[in-house]
Amino acid sequence: MSSRRIFARPARFAAIAPYVWMVLFFMVPFAFVLKIGLSQTAIAQPPYDPVFDLTAGWDALRGAFAALSFDNFKLLVSDDIYVFAYVRSLTVAITATVLLLLIGYPIAYGMARLPRRWQAVAMVLVIVPFWTSFLIRIYAWINILQHDGLLNQILLALHLVSRPVVWLSTDSAMYIGIVYSYLPFMILPLYATLAKMEPVLEEAAGDLGAPPWQVFWLVTFPLSLPGVGAGVLLCFIPIVGEFVIPDLLAGSNSLMIGQTLWLEFFTNKDWPVASAAAIVLLVVLLVPLLLYERLQKRQLEHER
Amino acid sequence: MRRITRLSRFNIASLALGLAFLYLPILILVIYSFNASRLVTVWGGWSLRWYHEFFNDRAMIEAAWMSLRVAVSSATIATLLGTLAAVALSRGERFRGRTLFSGMLYAPLVMPEVITGLSLLLLFVALNAERGFWTVTIAHTTLTMCFVAVVVQSRLGSLDRSLEEAAMDLGCDPVRAFISVTLPLIAPAIAAGWMLAFTLSLDDLVIASFTTGPGSATLPIRIYSEVRLGVKPEINAICTLVIALIAVVIVIASLASKLSSSQGESAAPL
Repeated sequence: MSSRRIFARPARFAAIAPYVWMVLFFMVPFAFVLKIGLSQTAIAQPPYDPVFDLTAGWDALRGAFAALSFDNFKLLVSDDIYVFAYVRSLTVAITATVLLLLIGYPIAYGMARLPRRWQAVAMVLVIVPFWTSFLIRIYAWINILQHDGLLNQILLALHLVSRPVVWLSTDSAMYIGIVYSYLPFMILPLYATLAKMEPVLEEAAGDLGAPPWQVFWLVTFPLSLPGVGAGVLLCFIPIVGEFVIPDLLAGSNSLMIGQTLWLEFFTNKDWPVASAAAIVLLVVLLVPLLLYERLQKRQLEHER
Repeated sequence: MRRITRLSRFNIASLALGLAFLYLPILILVIYSFNASRLVTVWGGWSLRWYHEFFNDRAMIEAAWMSLRVAVSSATIATLLGTLAAVALSRGERFRGRTLFSGMLYAPLVMPEVITGLSLLLLFVALNAERGFWTVTIAHTTLTMCFVAVVVQSRLGSLDRSLEEAAMDLGCDPVRAFISVTLPLIAPAIAAGWMLAFTLSLDDLVIASFTTGPGSATLPIRIYSEVRLGVKPEINAICTLVIALIAVVIVIASLASKLSSSQGESAAPL
């Protein structure tokens, strides 16, 4: 006990360097996002403030009562675009997360029921695609989904369709891409909780006469809820801000917030609007982020 | 006794389908990179033509070199800092600012990349830093440090602490006990953390796009701008090379982890 305490003191000093780094390159930058998102004069190229138009309808209303200039009109339009982008981001993220859970759960469940030796192999097999580049994996799907790609060739050969289906630039392509990219993030936490579960519990429920679906629904699933929570958060939060997948696979008629942010920044060179978009995105994600932090902390305390 | 914990047919089917879903697209990509035909969908026999094309593409090669340099340096810094952070969190007991520290450390794990990228860029602009190799390296270090910390911390958590305590009871000071007892035991996890940071850096498009300057594009940035214009066989070849490089890295990492833990723990969400 005492030696443990002595060990703790220098261990605390180890925190200094990473602490300073994270404050400098993670916390401080947010201050700049806030500043530039809120500032309307100094750095902004078009001299208006987008944040208040984004968050409060009150300002837009006042602007409408004032002289209806072309700028205000433009702002109201861009306002709409943003609202749609946020709504779409959330819809896409929720849909994709549900899909991921439905697809990932049976796989994680299957893994947890493998013999011990094979579980490790299965885990490596699930992790490995995560190591290969995100961009490459999306590109692989472009190969498959394009007009004369493999999927259409197979569908035509099986006479399931009479002419090639348009896959690229559709929402289904985007969902395929998201599920494909995030599947390991869903499977691994699910597997971690399912593998730790005592098989005796399921057996007991079965011995007491519960049919398999009831065993699953009343015993297995409730016990796996921590894993479900971790998997859902690990997928949901990054998907809301996703840029690459919708950009390459979905159509360009409805954008997600990550795309509008990118567009404002790189194409329109409008940094204040991009910063404001980032702030709103952060606010939207605040609750899931805090939940995630709590979960992470609890898990680490548990491990200690 | 009825045993429902046995592997059912449904379990096997979902496993097989899941793994096929994960691996087939990559396999198809690799096979088509050896396709002689310019049309990506028509098979024209085996050929190394597109690899040849890649090695003659100066801009691509330069981007690949830039990516490699960034990946190696950012992974190294991230491993150093991430390991320190993991030690502080798992051995430091309670200290002031611990909650903020772990919060900051693990936030980039899920933080949308557009936000991290934009905020870092604004910092670099405010600091008037010249954007290029170093800014991307700093950005990638910030992104990957948490992954290293997670891997190392889960190893530290599963370690038998009586070993450290024994070393200190035998007269080692804490630093010496750490270096001669703890460090060798967590070395494989540190190596795995480095590899993970390396591949993540090699992979990143969004943060690099924000933080790099003109004339210093990384490989993903180049690939992205090509992919936006459509499928090109040369890209298949580049992707296959990257996959091969990462495969080598994974093999080394798994050998390293086999050297370390016989206890099959650590199901940290990588």
